[in-house]
Amino acid sequence: MGWTRKDLLTMRELDAGEITLLVDTAASLQEIATREIKKVPALRGKTIVNLFYEASTRTRTSFEIAGKWLSADVVNFSASGSSVGKGESFVDTAKNIAAMSPDVVVVRHSSSGAAELLARELSCSIVNAGDGAHEHPTQALLDLLTIREKKGHFEGLHVAIVGDIAHSRVARSNIHGMRKLGMTVTVAGPPTLIPPFVQELGVKVAYRLEDAIRDVDVIMMLRLQQERMTGGLIPSLREYARYWGLSLDKLAAHARPDVLIMHPGPVNRGIELSPEVADGPYSVILDQVTKGVAVRMGVLLLLAGSKGGDGA
Amino acid sequence: MSLLITGGRVIDPANGVDAVQDLLIADGKIEKAGKGLAAPPGAEVVDATGKVVCPGFIDVHVHLREPGYEYKETVRTGTRAAAAGGYTAVACMANTNPVNDNGAVTDYILAKAKVEGAVRVYPIGAVTRNLKGEELAELAELAEAGCVAFSDDGKCVLNAGLYRRAMEYTLPFGVPIISHAEDTSLCHGWAMNEGVVSTEIGLPGAPAAAEDVMVARDVLLAELTGAHVHIAHLSTAGAVRLVRDGKARGVRVTAEVTPHHLVLTEEAVRTYDPNTKMAPPLRTKRDTEALVEALADGTIDCVATDHAPHALAEKEGEFDRAAFGVVGLETAVALLLDRLVRPGLVPLPTLVSRLSRDPARLLDLPGGSLTPGGPADVTILDLEQTLTVDAARFQSKSRNTPFGGWMLTGGPWLTIVGGKVVRP
Repeated sequence: MGWTRKDLLTMRELDAGEITLLVDTAASLQEIATREIKKVPALRGKTIVNLFYEASTRTRTSFEIAGKWLSADVVNFSASGSSVGKGESFVDTAKNIAAMSPDVVVVRHSSSGAAELLARELSCSIVNAGDGAHEHPTQALLDLLTIREKKGHFEGLHVAIVGDIAHSRVARSNIHGMRKLGMTVTVAGPPTLIPPFVQELGVKVAYRLEDAIRDVDVIMMLRLQQERMTGGLIPSLREYARYWGLSLDKLAAHARPDVLIMHPGPVNRGIELSPEVADGPYSVILDQVTKGVAVRMGVLLLLAGSKGGDGA
Repeated sequence: MSLLITGGRVIDPANGVDAVQDLLIADGKIEKAGKGLAAPPGAEVVDATGKVVCPGFIDVHVHLREPGYEYKETVRTGTRAAAAGGYTAVACMANTNPVNDNGAVTDYILAKAKVEGAVRVYPIGAVTRNLKGEELAELAELAEAGCVAFSDDGKCVLNAGLYRRAMEYTLPFGVPIISHAEDTSLCHGWAMNEGVVSTEIGLPGAPAAAEDVMVARDVLLAELTGAHVHIAHLSTAGAVRLVRDGKARGVRVTAEVTPHHLVLTEEAVRTYDPNTKMAPPLRTKRDTEALVEALADGTIDCVATDHAPHALAEKEGEFDRAAFGVVGLETAVALLLDRLVRPGLVPLPTLVSRLSRDPARLLDLPGGSLTPGGPADVTILDLEQTLTVDAARFQSKSRNTPFGGWMLTGGPWLTIVGGKVVRP
């Protein structure tokens, strides 16, 4: 089956076939990273704008590398140092950039719904690189590619997503993607970080780390945003680290020996992950980053390359 | 100067009338109603055959934005919107700039209304100075200047002790305190209802309890003080229960509901359309069902639009950054007829009462009936007309409606204020 969408906005709107196509495409492009000359002409003459309204290390760099390896012209826009400082609105800025005829706009914004807004307003393809607490589909895709490579399949796997589920776009995108691919998902964290009615998304809920990580194939730890304490959501980082931080001891006591430890980054070392776990044998955190480039190449290729690109 | 309205179905809940009658108006007052009235010499005649003739509709909750926010709305444009929507009177909230927290601002609004108003305008004064919730506004002066109620609407008076004193202090004036019930400590930084939709689309939610907690408090304070407390824009099933319980125990509590809370749910927010963002937020189907039932049984006393005009720049773009509020004056009556009366959820005479007699009683305003000698404020409805909502054609200065493109059957046909036709 082929790709028919103009945009990649959410995992929620995709069906299992579309998700598999995205993951397969990314998998087939991984090999480019191992070449001496990391360049294919697939998107030669195409223009990609990275429109980032929020700080980002991994996602922006990986979109930029992905575009460049596909021979597209990649332009990075960040809100600081732009007309945003002069009071230009988000939609106006985007329309002005669209007037320069990019083929793809990759957008990251702190407001949920920002990518959908651009998709309505602009005729070029939009890739959601994270919108508020809503979705981050390319992160979920790279997580899925990582899981499939390590486990060989999706169906029947059980994943625990642990931490600040309420404010996590990574959790939402992964929940939708994993459920559609036949995986079981348990979300876990203190109740103040679990969003209301989350069971309606088809997940189980655990309120103890030990319960969440028992017998699962994958543990995905989320970053604890340090500002969550001021809202009274947790008493202290110290207490959070004690009860929700993943240490080698807890892994040895409760998790399966072949469990994968994932984290979307950036890691708060010593808070949600002990350094021994982050750097240890269970961890696939850097594999995730590597796969991020392949996933973004796949997404850009499917969105911009389908209309007469040269092919990889 | 007389006007004879012939052949219409006259619904006058205050006088228990629902019959095909003629209505004669003279010198700005209702002269009489009856069958086969003859037109006095020189009288204008309006043939209302097939139409519904009602006491003029009164909206107890609008934001006219003047003074200070004339780019959103003015007394002139807001009252024209009211007339176009079938309203003959509006009560306007105090969150202007400067705030209507002293007699001079009230005087200004009333002077504007006298010169430019298309319908009657009744100012509502602030409860606290500058809506800060810290010290009482000069309530006696506001009452003397003509304020028909007090409210910090848009903000909740969080200090219960201060609110209690406001209720006590205003008891002699015989006007209600109107509560914007929102415990902000329970819903910091919210953009929509807290529920399954907010979880899915990743917007910060306000739980129903943030409203219910304050409604409970205000019912208790009304009981403590003996004051009349009116709850603005009730939106939850829980708040309905609290008001119902308060009324059953004899507490002087009344409530209003907006058209958008009656016909829309949180599902409408899924598109991130900023025109679905308002305070309180759109709730669940369970809530809308409770609100409709409460409007029908009288637990909720009236429909009020909470007409909240905002300029386009404030209502486009990112949802979480958009202003709260929607316009309502020009869509309310058509929505209520199409979505509540046509499906049989609320009988037409009940709706007419909730739009005329009941709000007039609530604020002790003239009108609300077709009693001879009363002001000749009349709203005539056409139940057959079908209209597609087109915000570009609004009389209001603002266009922020979630109902653009809705096709609605039934709506206002003619609006008469003080015996003069103000629409079309």
